[in-house]
Order: sequence, then C-alpha cells, then structure tokens
Amino acid sequence: MTQTAPSLRLEAEEAAARLPDLLAHADHLASTVLLGTHGRRRAGLGDDFWQYRPARPGDSRRMIDWRRSARGDTQFVREREWQIAQTVQLWIDQAGSMRFTSGQHPDKAHRARLVGLALAVLLLRSGERVGLTGTRLPPRRGDIQILRLAEMFLDAEDADYSPPEHRGMLPRSQAVFVSDFLGEIDEVETALTKAADRGVRGVLLQILDPVEENFPFRGRAIFQSVGGSLAHETLKADDLRDRYLDRLAERKARLSHLSSVTGWQYHCHHTDQSAQAALMWLYHALDRRL
Amino acid sequence: MLSLGALAFTTPWLLLALIALPVLWLILRAIPPAPIRRLFPAVTLLLGLKDEDHVSDRTPWWLLLLRCLAVAAVILGLAGPILNPRDNAQAGDQPLMVLLDASWASGTGWAAQIAAVDAALAEAERDDRPAALIQLTDPQEPAFRSARDVRAQLSGLAPEPWTPRDADMAATISALASLDPFDTLWLSDGVARDNRVPLLDLLTAQGRVQVIEPGTPVVALGPAKFADGAITLTGYRRDTDAIPALQVAAFGTDPNGTVQEIDRITLPFDADATVAEAVLDLPAELRARLTRFAIVGQTSAGAVSLPDDSLARREVALFAGRDDREGLELLSPVHFLTKALEPTADLLDAPFGDVLPANPDVIILADVVSLTAEETEGLTDWVSEGGLLLRFAGPRVAASDLSRDTEDPLMPVRLRAGGRTVGGAMSWGEPKSLAPFPAESPFFGLSVPDDVRISAQVMAQPDPTLADRVIALLSDGTPLVTRKRIGQGQVVLMHVSANAEWSTLPLSGLFVQMLERLAVSTAITAPDAQDLAGTFWEPAKVLDGFGTLRDASTLPGVSGETLAEAPLGPDMRPGLYTSGDRAIARNVIEVDAVLTAATWPAGVSVAGLEAPQEQPLGGWLLAAALALLLIDILASLWLSGRLGGMRGAATTASLVLGLALAFHPHPGAAQSEELAAIEATKEIVLAHVLTGDRRVDEIAEAGLRGLSQTLFQRTSVEPAAPRGVNLERDELAFYPMLYWPITADQPLPSREASARLNAFLRSGGLILFDTRDADVAGFGASSPEGRKLQQIARTLDIPALEPVPGDHVLTRTFYLLQDFPGRHAGRDVWVEAAPPDAQAIEGMPFRNLNDGVTPVIIGGNDWAAAWARDTDGRTMFPVGRGFAGERQREMSYRFGVNLVMHVLTGNYKSDQVHVPALLERLGQ
Repeated sequence: MTQTAPSLRLEAEEAAARLPDLLAHADHLASTVLLGTHGRRRAGLGDDFWQYRPARPGDSRRMIDWRRSARGDTQFVREREWQIAQTVQLWIDQAGSMRFTSGQHPDKAHRARLVGLALAVLLLRSGERVGLTGTRLPPRRGDIQILRLAEMFLDAEDADYSPPEHRGMLPRSQAVFVSDFLGEIDEVETALTKAADRGVRGVLLQILDPVEENFPFRGRAIFQSVGGSLAHETLKADDLRDRYLDRLAERKARLSHLSSVTGWQYHCHHTDQSAQAALMWLYHALDRRL
Repeated sequence: MLSLGALAFTTPWLLLALIALPVLWLILRAIPPAPIRRLFPAVTLLLGLKDEDHVSDRTPWWLLLLRCLAVAAVILGLAGPILNPRDNAQAGDQPLMVLLDASWASGTGWAAQIAAVDAALAEAERDDRPAALIQLTDPQEPAFRSARDVRAQLSGLAPEPWTPRDADMAATISALASLDPFDTLWLSDGVARDNRVPLLDLLTAQGRVQVIEPGTPVVALGPAKFADGAITLTGYRRDTDAIPALQVAAFGTDPNGTVQEIDRITLPFDADATVAEAVLDLPAELRARLTRFAIVGQTSAGAVSLPDDSLARREVALFAGRDDREGLELLSPVHFLTKALEPTADLLDAPFGDVLPANPDVIILADVVSLTAEETEGLTDWVSEGGLLLRFAGPRVAASDLSRDTEDPLMPVRLRAGGRTVGGAMSWGEPKSLAPFPAESPFFGLSVPDDVRISAQVMAQPDPTLADRVIALLSDGTPLVTRKRIGQGQVVLMHVSANAEWSTLPLSGLFVQMLERLAVSTAITAPDAQDLAGTFWEPAKVLDGFGTLRDASTLPGVSGETLAEAPLGPDMRPGLYTSGDRAIARNVIEVDAVLTAATWPAGVSVAGLEAPQEQPLGGWLLAAALALLLIDILASLWLSGRLGGMRGAATTASLVLGLALAFHPHPGAAQSEELAAIEATKEIVLAHVLTGDRRVDEIAEAGLRGLSQTLFQRTSVEPAAPRGVNLERDELAFYPMLYWPITADQPLPSREASARLNAFLRSGGLILFDTRDADVAGFGASSPEGRKLQQIARTLDIPALEPVPGDHVLTRTFYLLQDFPGRHAGRDVWVEAAPPDAQAIEGMPFRNLNDGVTPVIIGGNDWAAAWARDTDGRTMFPVGRGFAGERQREMSYRFGVNLVMHVLTGNYKSDQVHVPALLERLGQ
C-alpha cells in the first residue's frame, strides 16, 4: 500500500481528534524525570501557577511574591506546579508479513502505523516525548516529531519477519510494540526480558488479519510468506484448520503470559475492526501506566 | 458412410474413440487440480504440520463433464457428420452435365440455384465424376472437366436477359449428341418453352435426367402502354402461381438527376387470370422523367420494363396565318395537323408571345409570312437552342416576298416567286407523286403510297446549298421538303400547304409517319420493321439478367429492322435504343406474353430447391469443442481463484459491452454534424482554415478569438467562439469569412474542396489569405508560402487584384485606417481590383460586384499572431517594441474590425458615400 507521509498524518490526526487529551498521570520515574507540561498536582518546578502559600522561615526573600503580599500584612510565596514529561518509545513492525491483507480492509502495516501514529499524536499533544526504539529516532517533544515519526513509519523493511527492536530503550520509560508477532517468539521474549531489566514497561499490540484468525481455506494450496522466503504445501487445507487455530491460540497465550510476567499488557487487534478500538485500548493501557 | 436418420458420418470408425470417454473421466478425476498459491504471513504457524489424508480435493463434476463434452465434440467433429446427407444410391457414376436455363426468369433466386449446382458439383467432386456446365442462353462447347474446375467457374455465372433461342438450342443438341453417355442436372427456370422438348429427348437418351425447378413464382412486367393520358401497366404470372398481386414501382430522375421511386402501384390478379393490369396516372412532368418500371422484390430482367418515346409526349405549338375564312374548318391550314398530332402530342394553344417562354419541343408555322423582328429573334434563339421549327407553305407564302431575294433566317431555302401548279385545270401535266426518299434523308425507308399527289408547291431557288438541304423530292426532282440546321435545332419547310388544297399528302398515312420521323410526334404503338426501315439505333442503356440497367456505350448499334423484329440475344440486348431525338425500348417481355409453367415428362425427376441441402456439421462441432475448452479455461481460472470475482465480472461485462459496441452502428455522426451546423449558424462565427500544422492552427484560432473579443467589446457584432474548418469535409456556407494562414507544406485542396471554395467566394464569402512572411519576403513567389499560395489560388476563382487603394471601403468601414499591420507592418495588402471603368464617386470607385465585397484579401502581415489571445484574454505574442508595438497591435485589431464590418455590411458602407447627395436631394 503506497502512502505518503501527509496522508498518513492526516488520517492519524483524524483518529486522534476524537479522544480527549491524554494527560498521563505521573509516576515516580526518577531517572527519566524531565520538566514537562503534566502537572503533578503538587508544588514543584514548572511553568504554571499552583498556589500561594504564606512565606515560611527559610524562604529567601526573592521567593516572595510582592504583588500578592502587598494586599495584606502576610507575605506570600508563589508556588508553581511540578511538571514532568514521560518518554514513550514505539516499535512498529515494518516487515513483509505486515504488508498483507485478505480483502477490502487495509493491510496490517497500515493499521499498525495508523494506530501508532495516532497514539504518538495524542502523547505529543499532551507534552510527552515520543520516539522510536533503537537509535533512529530518539524521543523528542513537539509537533515536528509527528512528521518525523510518520516518515519513519513509511520505511518498509524487506525481511519477512523482523524481531522487536529492543536497543536504545531509555530506562524506566514506556514502550509500545505493534506487530503481528508471527515471527520468532523467542525474539519477543528476549526483547521483553531486556525491557523488564531496564524497568521499561509497556504494551504489546498484536495486529492480525481476519484470515489469519479464521483460516478459511480449502483444497490443495501452497501457503507462502509475503516475501516468499517460507512456503508450506498442503493437499487439504481444511484439515489443517483446527491444528492451525490451536497453534495460534498457543502463540497468543505465550504472548499474554510473557507480558504479564514482565509487567506489560497484551492485546490482539484485527484489521477488520475499527482502528478506534485499538487506539482506545492503547490509550487506556498507557493511561493506566503513566 | 454410416447413416443415422438425418445424420451421417463419413468416417464412422472414429466414433470408437467415444469409448475412451469414461476412461478419460476416471483419469481426470484422479488428477488433482493445480495447487493454489496463497500469500499467508501466518505460514510460520503452519510449518511442520503434516497432511493427515493424502487424497486431494477432486475436480468438480461439472468441470469434468465440460471437458468430456469437449473431447466428445472433437471426436464427433472429426468423424465427419453430415446433416441431410444426399442419397448416394441415386447418383450414377457417369459424368455429370449441368444445364442452366439462365434466362431472365432465373434472375430471381439465382443465388439459390447456384448453391444447388454447387452442392451437386461438390458431390460429384467427392465421387470423382467429371462434370460439364452449359448455360443455355449463352452456350459454350461442352467439355467434361474435373468437378472442382467447374465449381470454380460458378461464381462468374450470371443469367442473361433473354430466353434460350432456337438456334442456340439446336447447336447445343448437336454438340451433346456426339458425347458419351452422361447424367444430367437441369436447373430449369420454370417457364415452358417449345424448344426444350428435343433437348430433353436427347438427354433422357444419354442418361438419367434430374430437374431442379425453383418453387418461387415467376412473374414478369410487360411494356408500359400509354392511352388516354394514363399509363397502363401489365403484369404476368404463370398459370400455376398463386401470387395475388404485383407491386410495381415507377422510377424516374428527380430534378437533381438522381434516380428515385416516383410512384408505386398494385397489379391485382383475378382468380384464374395470368394477366393483371393497372392504370398509373401521372402528371406529364413526372411522366417525362420516368426511366423504368420494376416489380418490387424481383431481380430479373423480366420484371423490369423500360419506357420510351411511346410514353413521352412532345409539346407542339401550332400557328396559322391569319384566318379570316370562318367556318371553313376543312380548309383551315392546321386542321390536318391538329388531327394528326392530337393523339400523340400535347398541343399548345396560346398567343405567340406566351409560347416561346414555355419552350415547346416543336413550333409549326402553317402558311405564316410575317413575323415581327422581335418574334424572329426569339424564334431564332429558340431554334438554335434545339427547337424544331416546321413551316408549311401555302397561298400566302407563295404570294409574299418571304425569302425571295435573300434567304430568310427562318427559311431553309430561297423561294422563287409564285410557286407552281401542276396538273390543274389551267396547267399541263399530271399532279406529281413523291420520289423515293434519298438515303441521307430522315424519311429514308418509308414507303411512298401511290395515291399521294402534289398539285401545287412553292419552288426553291437553285442555290449551291440546295442539294444538301433537300430531304424529300418530287418524282421530277423538285424539292418537296427542305431542311436547314441552325445551332442545335433545325428549320424544316414543307413546300406544300398543311391542308389538302395543294396536295393529298396531309390525307395519307405517310404524313403521320413523316411527322414521326421528324420527331414532331411520337408513335403510340410499338414500331414495326417497316416503320424503322433504314434507321440506325444506338443502345443507350441495356438490361442485364438481374434487371439492372447498364451503360451500353461500348455496344455496337443495330439497324431499325433488327430492333423491331430480331429475337433478343447477345446481339440484340433488351434496353433503350436511341436515334437522334427518338428513343425506343426493347423490353424482355413482349406485349401479350404468356407465361406457362414448364411441364416435364413422367420419367424425369423434378425436385425443388427447397430440399434440405447437405450440411457438414464437423466444423460446427469442432468450433463447439473449442468454445467448450475456452469455457474450461475460464472455469479452471475461476476455480483456482485467479479470476478475481469482481474483476472477472468487470472483464466479462466489458467484453460483452465491447462486442455489443462493435456490432452497434455509429449513430452519432450525422447528429453531431447537424449540431455543428446549428452551432455555426446560431451566432456569427469567424472561421479559419485548418492547415494541418497544429501550431499555426492554434495561433489562427487564438487570433480569431482575440478578434472576436475585440468585436464583441467595440461593435454590435457579437461573434461566438471561432472554429477551424476542414476544407475537405466541412460546409463553408455558414461562415462570413475564412482566415487562411498559408504554410509551405499544407496539402492543396481537392477538386471538390476547390469547387466549394469557389461557390463560397461567389456567394459573398471572403477569404483572408495570410502568408505570414512579410518580415522576410516581398510580394510574389519569393517565399515558400508565397509559392504555395500561388498553387492554391490557381484552382480558385480569384479576380484581378490590386494593392488596397487609399479610398478602398476597407479603410473606412468602422475605423479610418491608412495601413493594415499585423505582427509585421509589412508590404502591400491586395484586394480585388476596381473595374477599369469604375467611376470615382467622391473618391470612391463604384464597385458592385459581389455586393461590393472583395472576395479575397491577400497579405503577409501575420494578423492572427497580432490578434492572438489565450483563453484568459492575454495577448500571446509580442508585437513591435514598447508603446509603438502596442499601437501597431491596436491598428491590427482595427483592421480586423474593419474587415469583419466590410464582410458583414456588404455595399452598405460603400453606399454611404452617396449620403451627402441623398441629403442634398431630400433638402430640396
């Protein structure tokens, strides 16, 4: 599916516009604390006014807000809200297996990009720092990052299946992995383990085509991966159905188990469903975390 | 050959292969369908899964059936099936002689007869029998050849518009009698003829005779007769035919010269009658245009009847000298003439002044002496344009000085004073009779009755030219009828009076015949040999066997006797024959023809053409097999998912649509042409000639667009968008002017296009020729464009030219202009020269040709480029430099405005020079 960065961004903006601003609630993530626009509901370093409090001994004179103090006899100190920003790192699977669709609905890669970018828009709009895992696009703030992300998302990979990128994850940040997770499951395990080691938590979003969920095939067939690197021939495809579905359920259970062990969250999304559903789930998942 | 009812097989053993079909079924069942390749990213989850059951899905039963049907169709097709096989037991092994009547009666349904012959010859070819073919109307020496050779000859055969002649039949019989025994196939035309009997006797002696006779009715149309102001048409049918009525169409030329149907009439047959008659009443004008009658739906020469002079009626105007002897009818100079002409000619009864404009065929002056100078001049003009002036002498002519000393222009000879009287009471001698007519006389061949006696006549002066002008002599050698040619017409003088006073000639039948020979009157009945003796006739149009008129200019002429009596044949083809002003038609069907159905003796087997023809089915079956295999391809593709559902439907739909379109006639062409005409005439449209050079055409269109906009803004002329016209195709009459940029390589207009251009120029159109080379070339052939313009102008009707004079109306139709710049402010612009005798009226030479509009303006200033504006109204090309350039562009627009005004107002603007004079007169 050919797609230009502007059109991808436009669709992402449209998807994101339907949600209220995501104000991730702050957690104590000491090492990644940076000033951001998210009020911590307590006085601290920040730009926004929080409250006036009577000056206490120990406050330096320059901290006194003279304008307020002039109205009475008491001297007041102006306090600002303590604001921090979160770092969220995305990994969107760009491998060949994602460029598959069985019908009218968009291919998996498109859905993954859309949901990922919509999430990035929401996060960036609420002041978070968003980037990619790995070294290609470190987390930054600002709207311009949306464009950079959109550009990155459009770089497709040639390989049929690609392992999750787990390098360059900032300790104690958030991570979002979007993929069909049909490749080597061990790689996923490695990535999640490493993330857990660094205190990174996040979500796994598995995107599957309805065909992959139903396996509605009959007769003699040769199944091959998108790039053609793998092939499997069968004489009666309908006989394979039950065993395939078992394997798929097993794969999902494994992913779910891995994520629960490492403190991540797992969700499976189908391309024939609305992208809104996936975004909603991501929103809530991150909202709970942040 | 294996025969199963109406079906037979030429190679039946091939049918054994049908046994293999069930085996094929089993084999096809066992072979699995080709695997479908599917993209499936989750293949990683499938790796390592084994099939539990090794038998694959089977091909669907209907696909198997389709394939088996295809194979069965191939086997059946190769086995050579034949529908309605001819029973070979009947066919002998002797050579096959094919006889074709090929007469006019075979014309309708000829193709079916040829097909029957072809089938018979094809069979003979299969059986290796030699064959020969004889066309009885045009017999050749019979020679047996291979049937294949004879078949190749079939397509060239055509029926002849006559029936087999006795002589030909006799020759054929003698030729056939000497041959070895043979079988005969006789394609009869179904009309009985006596000369068929001896031939049939011979054929039955030689071998088996098979007759094929078409079951269709044989009908014919007799010659049209004219009586009592109406045309009687006679139709014939055979006694065995039950056709209730004939539709006969009368064809004639319309005023434009194209032949079309004038009228249609039904000829109903009574219950047992073989003859049907009907009367066709047509006005004289339409009657004169008739060219043929034809039975609708028949393509035979017998169904066509050609009208000739017997339907034509000449207009004759009769004038006598002033008749003051009231009551003496029988002595009236024109009594006998009137009686002789009334049945066969239309007599005009009108004053002399009204007759000449009616342009009669003949004017007869009986004993008329005095004609005014005006009448003489009118008559002379009329005669020289082809009229026949017939004069009769009489007492007044004899007593007058008419043509006495000098030859009167309307008299063939000079006359001696007084004339002479022979055999009267006061004279010697006997009344004279006529000498036989000389060979060069139009009367040559007419027999002279003994009882014609001339007792008085006017005498011709002996002159050197007299001998050439005499066309009838008395027995003593004195001229009786003299003739002089004037232009295309002639003046004939009868040296006797038109009544019985001077001779008994007007009382005799010879008089009527002489009038006929002079084409004064026309015969009602078919002329016989005696009537036509000594005349010679050229074929104008002849009929072929299908009743089509063909040009006969390459055929030799025939003598009158042949024309009247000889039977129709290759030397005397039916058709229209002319001699001088007279025309006689020889029709295939004579008057009172009788058509009888042919009867055949009991021993001869007669078959109709309707018998089912042998039809090989092999080709159809093989085609069906091919179609089935094609369906199989589609079905296999569909089964393997390669024929995407939606796309497949779209493909099929577009295929069907494409086929439908391919067979659908193109309806829009005429309509769009009409729309274009309406567009071009709804508003004034400036037009430019398409040169074929796209760039030049674009500039020309943009130029006219700019000029149209300027006109719209500044004047009351509000043109629509300009158009390009293709000289070869488009109608020019819709456009007031054409702008014609000349390119060096444009094609010259064709002859038709030149004719249209000339018509355009003559009817007030104007062409602005622009060689666009004023920057590099002077006037003349010094540039390629100039030379091309000369080539184009050679075919056009372009008057003498002159450079635009300072007082030309073009300089003042809207703006006052002195020069006519375009993108180049170059050399002279040329217009039609003023006539050399033009009077300058207040400096304005009077021009009235073409409504005062010059038909052409020739220059090279590249006006279109100066006028050119794109669709947004911006000028497209720079003109000159700076302000002076813009001024030049403004001047070029003004020239354009003046030009269009000049074209549209005609002489109105040039007449404005008279306004001061008119005002002055009004003031008085």
